[in-house]
Amino acid sequence: MDILLQVLANGLMLGGLFAIVSVGLTLIFGIVKVVNFAHGEFLMLGMYGTYLVTSALGLHPFVAVIAVVPVLFILGALTQRLLIQPLMASGDDHIQIFATVGLSTALINLALLVFGADIANTPPHGLRAPVEIGPVRVLTGQIVIFLAAIALVVGLQAFLARTQTGRAIRAVAQNRAAAELMGIDVKRIYALTFGIGAACVGVAAVLVAPLYPTSPNSGTYFVLTAFVVVVLGGLGSIGGAFAGSLLIGLIDSVAGFYVGSDMREIAVFGVFLLILILRPSGLFGSRLKLAHVSP
Amino acid sequence: MLRLEGVHAGYGATTILHDVSLDVAAGEVVTIIGANGAGKTTTLRTIAGLLTPTAGRITFEGQDVTRLSGHEMVERGVTLIPEGRQLFPEMSVRENLLMGAYRRAARARQAETLEEVLELFPRVRERLDQNAGSLSGGEQQMVAIARGMMARPKLLMFDEPSLGLAPIIVSQVFAVVDRIVRSGVTVLIVEQNVFHTLQVADRGYVLENGEIVLRDEAKALLANDHVRRAYLGI
Repeated sequence: MDILLQVLANGLMLGGLFAIVSVGLTLIFGIVKVVNFAHGEFLMLGMYGTYLVTSALGLHPFVAVIAVVPVLFILGALTQRLLIQPLMASGDDHIQIFATVGLSTALINLALLVFGADIANTPPHGLRAPVEIGPVRVLTGQIVIFLAAIALVVGLQAFLARTQTGRAIRAVAQNRAAAELMGIDVKRIYALTFGIGAACVGVAAVLVAPLYPTSPNSGTYFVLTAFVVVVLGGLGSIGGAFAGSLLIGLIDSVAGFYVGSDMREIAVFGVFLLILILRPSGLFGSRLKLAHVSP
Repeated sequence: MLRLEGVHAGYGATTILHDVSLDVAAGEVVTIIGANGAGKTTTLRTIAGLLTPTAGRITFEGQDVTRLSGHEMVERGVTLIPEGRQLFPEMSVRENLLMGAYRRAARARQAETLEEVLELFPRVRERLDQNAGSLSGGEQQMVAIARGMMARPKLLMFDEPSLGLAPIIVSQVFAVVDRIVRSGVTVLIVEQNVFHTLQVADRGYVLENGEIVLRDEAKALLANDHVRRAYLGI
């Protein structure tokens, strides 16, 4: 019984990790419907940023937020403005997709060039210390990630629902032409949305770096699951992506323990395929939302 | 207030408007009459900044606005209520109306404007918390007009407000348009119901194959043989 509880706790913590990595993607891919395959590399750069700040200055890794989040915001906004915006005019979504794949490859190789292929370990500053909650044991850093994921999800939802800028983002996603007619600077909103999405993954990077080794390929490890989670939850549903993260985390953990660790991905993607066959619009997506995936 | 001088515009390599000149004075109600494909919508979209003229000049309140984009025109006070409503389907009616007041000059007074606009549209008030996509066509058109008014525009442009609506709804839409016209807003309207529109308008232009072929007082156009034959079916 205790073992099952521990396995479930591990699953939830893993789910929290997927959730925090995919929050930014929910906004960029789920709501604004632009595919960004360099999302994982933004995470990787943020993790290196955290590593540099922590090891060079000897500060607590969370202090790196002050540097990493603004830098990633700018990087995201620039990526949209300089790479994706010029391609949007072509009207062909595939070109954007390939462009972000290209950016992803370029960033991985840039990281190889600058940091080398060796693994960089961010000093954990007590974040790898275990905490006992009843019969289960988790790491302090995992709990922080889980709580931060909830805070980001709730915060993003409130931002989109309550603020003028948040509503403008949704308006652009739903009807670009009408948004322009409302006086919304559509290009500015796209750049801003990308900036916010990248800033979210910056927060994730700062929290993830002390727990996981950083290497040029760190991003690819997380990003595929992040895409799965956003689609599984239902495009555009932020709460759905969170629920999807927890589900994938639990399946991964349970299958890894009871079936075998090499079966984890088979279980995760098997369930993913099954859900898509039964509910093509995802767990919490409505059919209406899929109607304008390619605007 | 608004002046187009020798404007050419179109989509890509296709030029639709040829040498269009027209003007609208403050407080006036002006209509553009023409067959399908004559370039009426293109004219409105060009004024709204969604299309950039390939030649010619557009001025608004004495300033050159030829190259301004859509959102910049809204900031100047030019609002287009587009054909086919173009609401935000997954937003509530209230959120749609608040988006209408995105323009800086309208944002500060958004609560006050909302009350004023809802006075005009009691049916819209009942639907405030519903998703705009769930409304009937007539209700959506009312929301689209209300959303346009939320911007407190200096010039309000209507593109086919009665298109695709049931006859009984059409008369409701016209009642609303008439009230807006009488409230003193400057209006430029394109509408397939030429007879009704010429009765509320001060002046009209007749657009054929992208060119202005006739311009006159609305009353004179109602009496004009060509207009009567081609557009009124009399």
